[in-house]
Amino acid sequence: MTITVQRAEKLMRSRRAAQLWLPLATIVALLALWELAVRGGLFPERYAPPPTVILGQLLGMLLEAGVWQAVADTLTGWGISLLISVVAGTVLGTILGRFASASAFFRPIVEFLRPIPSIAMIPLAVLMIGSGKPTEVFLATYAGLWQMLVAAVAAVGAVDPVGLQTARSFGLSRADQVKYVMLPSMLPRLVTGVRIASSTVLIFCITAELLIGVPGLGAGLGAARGVGDMPRMYAYVVIIGVLGYALSALFKLLETRLLFWHESVRGAHR
Amino acid sequence: MNRWKPWVLSALGAVLALVAWWIASDQAGSIYFPPLQDVLEGVWTYWVVGDGGRHLASSMVNLFAGLAIGVVGGFVLGLLIGQSRLVRTALTPSLEFVRAIPATALIPFAMVVFGLGSEMKIFIIALGTLFPILLNVIDGARELSQEARDTASSFGIRGWQKQWRVVIPSVLPRAAAGIRIALPLSLVLVVTSEMTGSNTGIGYVLITAQNSFNQTSVWGAIVLLGVLGVILNSLFGLVEHRLLAWDKGLHRQGDH
Amino acid sequence: MALLEVRDLTKTYPATRRGARATHVLDGVTFDVNRGEFFTIVGPSGAGKTTLLRCISGLLRPTEGSVTLDGRLVDGPPRELAPVFQDYSRSLYPWLTVAKNVALPLTSAGIAKAEVDDRVQHALASVGLKGEDAKYPWQLSGGMQQRVAIARALAYRAEVLILDEPFASVDAQTRADLEDLLLKVKHESGATFLFVTHDVDEAVYLSDRVAVVSKSPSRIEKLVDVHLPAERNQLTTKALPEFGELRAEIFATIRHLVVAKPTAQGPEYVI
Repeated sequence: MTITVQRAEKLMRSRRAAQLWLPLATIVALLALWELAVRGGLFPERYAPPPTVILGQLLGMLLEAGVWQAVADTLTGWGISLLISVVAGTVLGTILGRFASASAFFRPIVEFLRPIPSIAMIPLAVLMIGSGKPTEVFLATYAGLWQMLVAAVAAVGAVDPVGLQTARSFGLSRADQVKYVMLPSMLPRLVTGVRIASSTVLIFCITAELLIGVPGLGAGLGAARGVGDMPRMYAYVVIIGVLGYALSALFKLLETRLLFWHESVRGAHR
Repeated sequence: MNRWKPWVLSALGAVLALVAWWIASDQAGSIYFPPLQDVLEGVWTYWVVGDGGRHLASSMVNLFAGLAIGVVGGFVLGLLIGQSRLVRTALTPSLEFVRAIPATALIPFAMVVFGLGSEMKIFIIALGTLFPILLNVIDGARELSQEARDTASSFGIRGWQKQWRVVIPSVLPRAAAGIRIALPLSLVLVVTSEMTGSNTGIGYVLITAQNSFNQTSVWGAIVLLGVLGVILNSLFGLVEHRLLAWDKGLHRQGDH
Repeated sequence: MALLEVRDLTKTYPATRRGARATHVLDGVTFDVNRGEFFTIVGPSGAGKTTLLRCISGLLRPTEGSVTLDGRLVDGPPRELAPVFQDYSRSLYPWLTVAKNVALPLTSAGIAKAEVDDRVQHALASVGLKGEDAKYPWQLSGGMQQRVAIARALAYRAEVLILDEPFASVDAQTRADLEDLLLKVKHESGATFLFVTHDVDEAVYLSDRVAVVSKSPSRIEKLVDVHLPAERNQLTTKALPEFGELRAEIFATIRHLVVAKPTAQGPEYVI
């Protein structure tokens, strides 16, 4: 009996260890493969320098104040855009999800505006708003807003009628119905919406910086390409990837914390 | 609401929005906000019957080529990765990292490798649309219920049969969800890839219009992209409806 | 005067889609429930039992007819009523602990915290869930979750508990336990119970009176007085000859209803 338990625990430990070591080993192996391919001449160095060169460049860049400034610039654009997208998208989406008439009335307008890539508005935005942060925020918000709006409409639809009937039967006030029943039931979809909006907003911030030269990581990337400094360009790509990965991991963590009660998460707490 | 009211309201919303736009743009007298009449005339004379057709066709061909590669690649890779616990554990973090890099940030890389032609654009569109589908299919294959797998193996369904009859149908809804995310992304990527150093496509026309301060043409391109988006979404909606009818029926919840 | 008076309740849903016909769910349902009574509505599935309960609880406006509770017309969820739904996983809030689920209607009504705590502990103890208050509903078994839902109605001190097939999704043994729990709770609280089920045995075992409803458009087809000893027991009560007779009588009524009214798809033997 105890032997089985011990063996099971050992297996669990080795599983957990594998969860950590296997992906790391894979990354190292892939990087080594890339290094060898470039050094061995299989992959032309003008396409991409070997990872060790990029890594060396990256480490050097971490000492540059300008790079950290670029990170801060991009995060500022991201933060403002995400905040506006989330607040406006949630409010509008809740209204559209709640009132069938409003939803029917605004549907054709939303369906037309939603797929327009805000990138196409760059020529207009640059002329009307200029080529600074506000334009970046406008373009990113335009893209993130629709993601959040769609998530909020779905969130309202996810409110269980039985849960609401229960609240009404027990005489809960309107405010309490919203606070204790509506909002918690909407939370899972809203949080997912925020995570998706966050990554969309980041993509559009970087793209706007790259295309218009608004200060930030995208502009750094564009400048490095402009002078043909490949290692520096790829170092920027890595920084952008790390930033996106970190933000997405942060939101996933937030999701499991906030939604400990939701069936997608609660297996771990049972 | 009775059965006509939503349609009437939608039509009313569309008409009122158009009328408001028409009047506002007509009265504005601003070069940034040209009259809707001019914009629509421009769309007709340039994109529908004029020279724009060539650029429109080029954009559409690239979009569908890139999307097709992204969808097929994401689906096949997703099936391969999602069904093996080992491969999944090994690769997921690397994939999540690569996914976090905006495809647009790789345009410079694509330009070095593929030059400025269609291959570069198709590569960027394929790369950007691959990940939403890939990660969704991996999740779908992972969540494939134990019962479905047990049923398949107890009836001796394995190999290609199992893939075709059990695995693929059950990941299709997730693949569809991925394509829903990929569609608007493909439109963004086609325009962005044409805006840098290209000489064909909707994005190129936009940049040319910007450089010649032709605001009516910029608005025309935006309207065109909105219409394309609506068409793409409805086309996909039709396909999805046909393909996943069983899924909708399965998950519909009745409430009397 | 009866505590709850249901008069000529009729409910018709208008056609929502083209080609769909209006659905006539309730057709002049009339009955009384006396104070302190255990009244059960039993009928084949597809009868408008849920619609009927939603009209009585003030959640749904009837097309015609009226519901009066203690002499007052019901036109919204009344304070005196508390529901126990079949689907506990949906009517208990997964984001609140057991204690907070039970307490929510009380705190929302502005009752002082000390009193709320007292009522919650009391209600949980009386359904046999002492010490489970800090858990979340989804950490409990189905039967225990339904106990929480009953405790919530008890702590609310409702005069009438409305139970919509509450035990339809628990296993047979748990079901028997919960039936006995309900009888105990009724004895202790003196509340009135309006119970809906499609299980004839359960209806006879629990009730003072049973109303048999037909398939929709539903009406009350038969009212049966259950003259069984007040003290019920899963073994002895169900072994009484009277129990068998009542059971047979109700069965026959339902069978008759089902066979006599073939639907478009042909007769449906649902029981």
